[in-house]
Amino acid sequence: MAQFSAEKLAKVNEIIARYPQGKQKSALIPVLHIAQEEFGGWLSAETMDYVASILKIEPIEVYEVATFYSMYNLKPVGKYVFEVCQTGPCMLNGSDDIIEYIKSKLGIKVGETTADGLFTLKTVECLGACGYAPMMQIGKHYREHLTKQKVDAIIDECERNAVTNN
Amino acid sequence: MGKKLLLEKAHVPGIRNYDVYRREGGYRAVEKALKTMSPDQVTEEVKKSGLRGRGGAGFPAGMKWSFLAKPEGVPRYLVCNADESEPGTFKDRYLMEFIPHLLVEGLIVASYALGSNRTFIYIRGEYAWIVDILEQAIAEAKNNGWLGKNILGSGFDCEIYVQRGAGAYICGEETALIESLEGKRGNPRIKPPFPAVKGLWDCPTVVNNVETIAAVVPIMNITGEEYAKIGVGKSTGTKLISACGNINKPGVYEIDMTISVEEFIYSEEYCGGIAQGKRLKACIPGGSSVPILPANLLLKTAKGENRMMNYESLSDGGFATGTMMGSGGFIVLDEDQCVVRHTLTLARFYRHESCGQCSPCREGTGWMEKILKNIEYGKGKKSDIDLLWDIQRKIEGNTICPLGDAAAWPVAAAIRHFRDEFEWHVQYPNAAQNRNYGLAHYADPLPVVAAPKA
Amino acid sequence: MADQPKLFKVTIDNITIEVEAGTSILNAARMIGGDVAPPAMCYYSKLKGSGGKCRTCLVEVAAGSTADPRPMPKLVASCRTNVMDGMVVKNITSERVQDARKGVVELLLINHPLDCPICDQAGECHLQDLSYEHGAEGTRYEFPRRQFEKHNLGPYIQLHMTRCILCYRCVFTADQLTNKRVHGVLDRGDHAEIATYIEKALDNDFIGNVIDVCPVGALTDKTFRFKNRVWFLKPEDAHCSCSKCSGKVTLWRRGDEVFRVTGRKDQWGEVQDWICNECRFEKKKTSDWVIEGPTKVSRHSVISANHYVDTVKPHEALPEVMGGRNPRLLMDIHSISEVNKPEIDLSKIQGPAHSNDFKKSEKPKGQ
Ligand SMILES: Cc1cc2nc3c(=O)[nH]c(=O)nc-3n(C[C@H](O)[C@H](O)[C@H](O)COP(=O)(O)O)c2cc1C
Ligand code: SF4
Ligand code: SF4
Ligand code: FES
Ligand code: FES
Repeated sequence: MAQFSAEKLAKVNEIIARYPQGKQKSALIPVLHIAQEEFGGWLSAETMDYVASILKIEPIEVYEVATFYSMYNLKPVGKYVFEVCQTGPCMLNGSDDIIEYIKSKLGIKVGETTADGLFTLKTVECLGACGYAPMMQIGKHYREHLTKQKVDAIIDECERNAVTNN
Repeated sequence: MGKKLLLEKAHVPGIRNYDVYRREGGYRAVEKALKTMSPDQVTEEVKKSGLRGRGGAGFPAGMKWSFLAKPEGVPRYLVCNADESEPGTFKDRYLMEFIPHLLVEGLIVASYALGSNRTFIYIRGEYAWIVDILEQAIAEAKNNGWLGKNILGSGFDCEIYVQRGAGAYICGEETALIESLEGKRGNPRIKPPFPAVKGLWDCPTVVNNVETIAAVVPIMNITGEEYAKIGVGKSTGTKLISACGNINKPGVYEIDMTISVEEFIYSEEYCGGIAQGKRLKACIPGGSSVPILPANLLLKTAKGENRMMNYESLSDGGFATGTMMGSGGFIVLDEDQCVVRHTLTLARFYRHESCGQCSPCREGTGWMEKILKNIEYGKGKKSDIDLLWDIQRKIEGNTICPLGDAAAWPVAAAIRHFRDEFEWHVQYPNAAQNRNYGLAHYADPLPVVAAPKA
Repeated sequence: MADQPKLFKVTIDNITIEVEAGTSILNAARMIGGDVAPPAMCYYSKLKGSGGKCRTCLVEVAAGSTADPRPMPKLVASCRTNVMDGMVVKNITSERVQDARKGVVELLLINHPLDCPICDQAGECHLQDLSYEHGAEGTRYEFPRRQFEKHNLGPYIQLHMTRCILCYRCVFTADQLTNKRVHGVLDRGDHAEIATYIEKALDNDFIGNVIDVCPVGALTDKTFRFKNRVWFLKPEDAHCSCSKCSGKVTLWRRGDEVFRVTGRKDQWGEVQDWICNECRFEKKKTSDWVIEGPTKVSRHSVISANHYVDTVKPHEALPEVMGGRNPRLLMDIHSISEVNKPEIDLSKIQGPAHSNDFKKSEKPKGQ
């Protein structure tokens, strides 16, 4: 069973130290972020049990939290997750067309992953980039003012990166 | 040119870095507060400024601070609400991204006033890169003696930590935020007790919006009295507005609340008019939760006065003919936009973001979305419009937290002002698939219609 | 410490009583009793932190207190709002409350399956009671009802998630009565569900109490399921000497046969003493128990209609069993005995279920 590296474990302990004694559960959300990054972009039941053991809480407390927040993936996802905003302000600026375009370009539906495991398409609700609409989030970063050309370029870029780094 | 207190220096090259920020006069507010004032004097100053909370509810910040319980031997906490997830709102992001030290500086002063030795910034999980920006600013501040033990020899200790959320609008609600910070699901708490008495880890806690905290810096620098002179009435100081939708220049603007809505939309200094030379149809001026107004009611109040960009004027006429300042998320719809579709996206948003704790919101938000979907996709019935009205009425005011109201209001306002557009969808389902209802009688050049009965 | 508890005067539906400071409006109203007590689907006096969620107990505060007699602008949850001295509360005398409560009941029911005829809780379901006391005629909800994946909670407890109203009582019970909670509320919003995430049995010594606290038929006793309908059974108070719990229970028998063991409930439907799993699930012989006598049943329950039938199997015409009451929830179902087939999940059927639905060979499809 996978474990955090010494470096990540140190980070976890640093986070726990931010809270008063006995309030280590407060670290749950940040630690789940680290776990998701470390263990393949999603949270398996084993991963969540591991986090529970580190924070000395019951596994159900982790499941309750992990299923509540939309950023945690409870199933494996592609290497690049396109999270396209579809809320009002983005819709006013054509997010519906962008979503359709990505669907046809990648040949997948919303919620699916391409056969090569490279791309997952998700729709999300307002990400606080409404002035730069339409937009999507890929990993840690926002891609804004999307156009079809821009989407093409992003997909190319991801494919290139996937070949070069590992 | 309006007065700028927050973003004046936001575009000085390198302002993200401590040295530049300090050179531009940064951290004077901390020096003034910690060296020359008592915590209560700082609170008093904020009271004098008339600063109202910028997170949406507009509660006077100084008053909130003075309500904080101070039992002996119990820690108190300040939590900065950087969850910013209200559709249309992206002002806090802008402030944190461009001038992070302003927030850090404000937090140190506010922590001092409230006696918070451990202060948290709770930031929405998606703003991942901003966490790095803030943590760097905090580290710089600490290296330069503005954080840590015995700051400036005042005897006051303070640390600031950034905590990321993980995707939940409801965590912007202050008690849900506290739950989330404790490592739990973001279920809002049932009040009372209020956070001022029992908040984070059951200790007295103040939750303030990013912009509210940042505004403490200019208040310290120019005094509360001077701050209160900017703006009008109870809308003191400056306000950040994030403008989006169909305008020429979307972005974040700092206004001093004396300008009119018309000027804000059409002047080159701000939105620069409606995109592609189109006409204004409607606007949601304070984030998705506040009522949408058709152009005529937006620009002029029911009394025929110019509507101004401030708390009082925007809410003039109540919900019958007015709206709210809210979080300052200014969403503009041009003549080619469909109000039904827009309302549907908002209903979907609230259904998606409901925590599911209380029955009216959990069940009602989903029901409204389904009906709106039917209407939008040509499967609606006339009675659906009344049903929608009835459902929103049954949610509003009957829930644990204001998300229920926030879900009800956009639907109510859309039906109140755009009922004919809903009816048109029902009557001409095929046409509604292909084209837009258009401007009808609520476009900008037309005179104000009489206030409909509530 | 003050030796005399401070007393507050509170007026609810024009009846004034004095209660100790710190009493909730709901508990004050319960002291008055009768219709003045608002319905409570999530509050449970024995569970710390419960209440506030279902919103059925909303009341109007017409005057906050003598000191500040302003009315409260919003209706408040009476279970989580404490009385103040001089407070004036309106429950059944407030149209606003009646209207809001009707709305809450409607919303609680839109996704609730129409499977009362096959539900173990039928007859003692608080939602059923609520729906004919406060509900409206028929449903205006025209969409498929919510579905959930099935979860197995082990040999004792059956979960029917579609019936759950998310009152959180079972979560509080597990937190407060057992040392290790393995089930909880997962997901959020209208998809929130009671589950264990990975299949796990609920088997802690006191976990069986979740069955008693559940206001609806979402958590039921697997060792009892489908054996009978509660109103054919005779509830009697009984006890045994038990090392784990008080051993005070209600025994549900027909003739000499023990069909079910539950905690003893008070007039508000709350158990008086928690009982252990052994008493509940294992002691199924009359000889395990000392019978004290018939249980007095609360006004709230369908059973109080007093149609205990020991020997003759009744034809299950509900209005008769229910003392003339004709709950709408049940009326949507055609012939009851035809319907009474456990393998059919009625929630999968859109709208009212007809006998035809049960004759189809393939299962009706939900969304
Ligand atoms: C559903 C909901 C979402 C909210 N989201 C935010 C938010 O993202 N940011 C924020 O500052 N306040 C938000 N609020 C308001 C907070 O509850 C709280 O009033 C605010 O943080 C107080 O800060 P202020 O007094 O400085 O405005 C939200 C409230 C509700 C009910
Ligand atoms: S109103 Fe909605 S978001 Fe707020 S507590 Fe109730 S269910 Fe949760
Ligand atoms: S299963 Fe029963 S007790 Fe548990 S939350 Fe659902 S309705 Fe309440
Ligand atoms: S609506 Fe898409 S980022 Fe706000
Ligand atoms: S009993 Fe009060 S809200 Fe449920």
